[in-house]
Formats: sequence, C-alpha cells, structure tokens
Amino acid sequence: MSAAGPVVRMRDVSKVFTSVDGDRFTAVESLDLEVGSGDIVAIVGKTGCGKSTTFNLLLGLEEATTGSIELLGHDPYREFDWFRSKLGVIFQTDRLLPWRTALENARVGLEILDFSEKEQNDIALQWLHKLELQGFEDAYPHELSGGMRQRVGMARAFCLSPEIFFADEAFGHLDQSTARRLREVFLELVTESRKTCLLITHNIHEALEIGSRLVILGRPGRVLADMETPTNATRAEMAEFEDRVLDIIENNEVVG
Amino acid sequence: MASEAPPTALSPAQAQEAWHSRLLGLMAARKEPIISFAVILVSWQIASFFLPPYLIPSVDVIVAAFIEIVVNIGLLGDVLITMGRIFLGLVLAFIIGTILGVFMGFTQTVEKHTLPVLHFIMGIPALSWVVFAIIWFSHVETRIAFILLAGCLPNYALIIHDGIKSISKEYLDMLRAMRPTRKQLFSKLVLPGMIPAVLTAWKVNLGLAARVVIVAELVGATRGVGNKLLLAQELFEMPKAIAWTLVLVAFLLITQLVILMLEHKLLRWRPAKQGGMAT
Ligand SMILES: Nc1ncnc2c1ncn2[C@@H]1O[C@H](COP(=O)(O)OP(=O)(O)O)[C@@H](O)[C@H]1O
Ligand SMILES: [Mg+2]
Repeated sequence: MSAAGPVVRMRDVSKVFTSVDGDRFTAVESLDLEVGSGDIVAIVGKTGCGKSTTFNLLLGLEEATTGSIELLGHDPYREFDWFRSKLGVIFQTDRLLPWRTALENARVGLEILDFSEKEQNDIALQWLHKLELQGFEDAYPHELSGGMRQRVGMARAFCLSPEIFFADEAFGHLDQSTARRLREVFLELVTESRKTCLLITHNIHEALEIGSRLVILGRPGRVLADMETPTNATRAEMAEFEDRVLDIIENNEVVG
Repeated sequence: MASEAPPTALSPAQAQEAWHSRLLGLMAARKEPIISFAVILVSWQIASFFLPPYLIPSVDVIVAAFIEIVVNIGLLGDVLITMGRIFLGLVLAFIIGTILGVFMGFTQTVEKHTLPVLHFIMGIPALSWVVFAIIWFSHVETRIAFILLAGCLPNYALIIHDGIKSISKEYLDMLRAMRPTRKQLFSKLVLPGMIPAVLTAWKVNLGLAARVVIVAELVGATRGVGNKLLLAQELFEMPKAIAWTLVLVAFLLITQLVILMLEHKLLRWRPAKQGGMAT
C-alpha cells in the first residue's frame, strides 16, 4: 500500500441479496468511492438506499457481489484478520454487551488485542473520562441514559486507536440536543486523532455539520453526487445548498 | 453534559436491596404464605377428626414422621440417594444437552435434523420411558439414569439452543468488526450470552427431574424416596407417605433457592424486574 494512496477505495461495488425463494434484491449497485487519508466524509441518503449495506461491506462483515473494496490497500472481507484494531466502529444503537459494565465494555477491543489487564483498564478509563463518564465506570448499560451508552460505545472505538472511524447513524436515535453535543465531541476527538472518518446518516443537517465532504447516495446504493461542503457560508447560502442536496436525493439521478 | 437525562434505573445498591427483601419474602418473612399454609394445616387437622387416620392422619403424627426421617441418618440417606440420582441424571443430561444445543445453535443442518426429533421426544410421557427402561435394562441405576436422561435432555438442548439463537447478530457484528479469534468470540459473547438460558434450564429441569425420579425409583430400587413411598403405600402408612413427600419437596426448595442465589449473582447485570399485573 502506498502511503499516498486513498484509505478507502470502492470500485464498481454491488451487493445483491438472494432470498430463500431465490428472489434477488440489489441493495448496492456499481458504487465508486475514494476517501483520502485524514478526510472526514459524510455519506447521506434516504432510509433504505443501502447505507448500512455499504457500511457492512466496508467492515468486511459481508462479501461484495461484484467489484473491489480496499481499505488501507487490503480487502476487508478476504483479508479479514488483517484489520485487527484498524477499524473503529460506532453503530446506530450502542451495542453494549448488557452483562458488562461501562469499563468492561469500553475495554473489550483491547481484550481482543491481548493487552495486559492494567493497560486495558488504563486506556479504557482514560477514554471514559475524556467522554465525561467518570463515576459511571462500574454501571451496567441499563443503568445509563441513551447518550451515556453511546459515549461508552465511542470510548470502545477510540480505545483501539484505529486507522479509520466508521459511524452508521450513530446519533440517529438520540434526542436532538444530546445528538448535537455528542456529534461535537465525536468530531473533536476524530479531528484530534487526524484519522479518516466515514459517517453515514440520513440526516442532512448532521451530514453538513460533520463532513468537509458530502457524498450523496441514491437507491439502490450508488453515488449521485460527491461535493465539498461549503465553509463560511451564510445562512441563506447554506439553506440553498441544503435544498440542492434534497433535490438530488429526491430525483435519485446521478449528477454529472 | 447537563442536557442529558440522568439514568432512571435502580442503582446497583438499590437493586441489591430489592433483591434481598424479595429473598426474605420468599423465605417466609411475609404474612401471606403463612396464612395460606395455616389455613391448609387447620383444614387438614379438622378433617382428621372426622376421617380415619389411615386416610387423613393428624398433623402432629405427620410432623413426628417427618422428624423421624430428618434425624435418622439411615432414612435421610434415602433422601440423599434420591437427590444424588437427580443430580447425576441432570448433570449428564446437561452435558449432552448443552453439546447438542450448541451444535444446533451453530449448524443449520444439525438444527433442522434434530429439532423436530427433540420436540417429538418431549411428547413422550415419563411413564412410557419407565416401561421402556424396564424392558431394555436390567440394572436399576441404569434404568433410573435412562429415564431421567430421556425426560430432561431434550429440555436442556432446546432451552440452550434457544439461548444461543437469541444472541443478537448486532453484538456479533460489533465484535467481528474488531476481528476476535473464534475462542474470543465464544468466551466474550456466546458463553455469557447463554448463561441465562442455562440457569432457566436448570430451574425447569430440577422440578421435572424430581417428579420423574420418584416414578423411576418404582422400577426396582431398594433405596430412595420412591422406594419408601412404595413401602408406605403397601403398608397403608399415610403419615410416612406424606412425610417422605414433604422431605423431598423441602430438599428441592433448598436447591431451587441455591440456584436463585446463583442466578442473582450471575445475572446482576439485568435490570430489576418490574411489577406484574397483580397489585
Ligand atoms: N440481509 C439482507 N437481506 C435482504 N435484503 C436486505 C438485507 N439487508 C438489507 N437489505 C435490503 O437492502 C436495502 C438497503 O438496506 P440498508 O442498507 O439497511 O439501508 P439504509 O441503511 O440506507 O437504510 C433495504 O431495502 C433492505 O431491505
Ligand atoms: Mg441503515
């Protein structure tokens, strides 16, 4: 892998699901995407357009039907184990293991990497504190609020010091003010880490707030448009941009 | 983060407290069970005045018979033999049932082949197994073990299969994104994920085994509660029949309590149960 090459490269990727009755359903179709090192990219699209499927393909949890996917120059599905500790993932729901405390959940990735117990706890505590969870280290998930659980999920991802961050609707089920605050914290930490980040969302506001780059997905999953998010725009300009994005999503046609 | 709602669930200390009071309640520090049992005892005693003692013996005679069993090492030995048979049968059924359940949980072919057979076997009455056991085996302990195994193994396998199936794919994906080894996946997800099912299986099967073992002991056992019950029946000794039954039930309740305590310890991560319909 060349250091200058893209961190994420998807070429002509498609994913077809075949049901038990033999029905075929195309969730992603000839998707091309490149993301450079250190980029923070927001991927936006309607619900059901194949965002989560794309996400699972990128994580190597599913095999692409056609096309090629490379992260850091490696295939996440075929070279599955190469990606130990490379991917930091934040899911839509917190996915905390209910039988583990906040601390035990945060350190689970470090356990998998065979860190010593002291290192595991030191690193996990450091991130829990950074995410303002002091005092809740020994709480079980059901004892935490939704926002706090998502913070533990974030700590779990940051503990790994991954090369790439992925988030799939990570703030989607939280109330607006909690979501906004968490988004800020997340962006701050990702920017600080200078790592690449792909953030998937159906929320245009969120997409505009997060990324310097906006990728619009249509149905079935393919890139409709790939644009810079305006910086220093006035309110009116921002509203206009937002309208354009909405139009593109509605038309569901590739913008030349 | 002042904007976030504080957690509303019980704190661990509160949950602990709630549990303790529930446990105490269970152990009769409440008036309702005392009232219920008092009513039964009084009714029984009144009935004993009007009916012959070989049908309804008076309470003091039953208590005397009960005490005789508990203080007599030789007689208590019969209870322990029966309990030993239950545990041996259950442990055996648990081991085989777990292996079967895990295989069914992870391999679709095994699942599809085994599941219907297990459901079929579940439909066979314990008494049929008793008859089969007598025909197939001559050794008494083998017969008893076989009957217990036949009765409890499908239960273990089905409950543990269920438990594994209920482990969500979301957790699996979350962990797989971190690239764990197979062993890590098992120890961090599958094992802790199936503990609730294992405990449920033990609770269900303990009651089942207790009912089955008594019948199983009628196939020629020379010791054990089933054998004592048979003797009491042959001699028409109602006080003894009742006393033996009570001793066995007492032992089972104690065992249930141990499992309950184990459950509380292992499942302390669970949210405290909300109240049911009764008010
Ligand atoms: N495992 C699957 N089998 C069949 N269809 C699926 C599967 N996963 C997703 N789909 C379908 O693919 C489409 C895209 O789903 P998804 O990627 O979850 O969309 P999004 O995340 O953008 O809302 C949906 O129509 C969904 O029903
Ligand atoms: Mg989705």
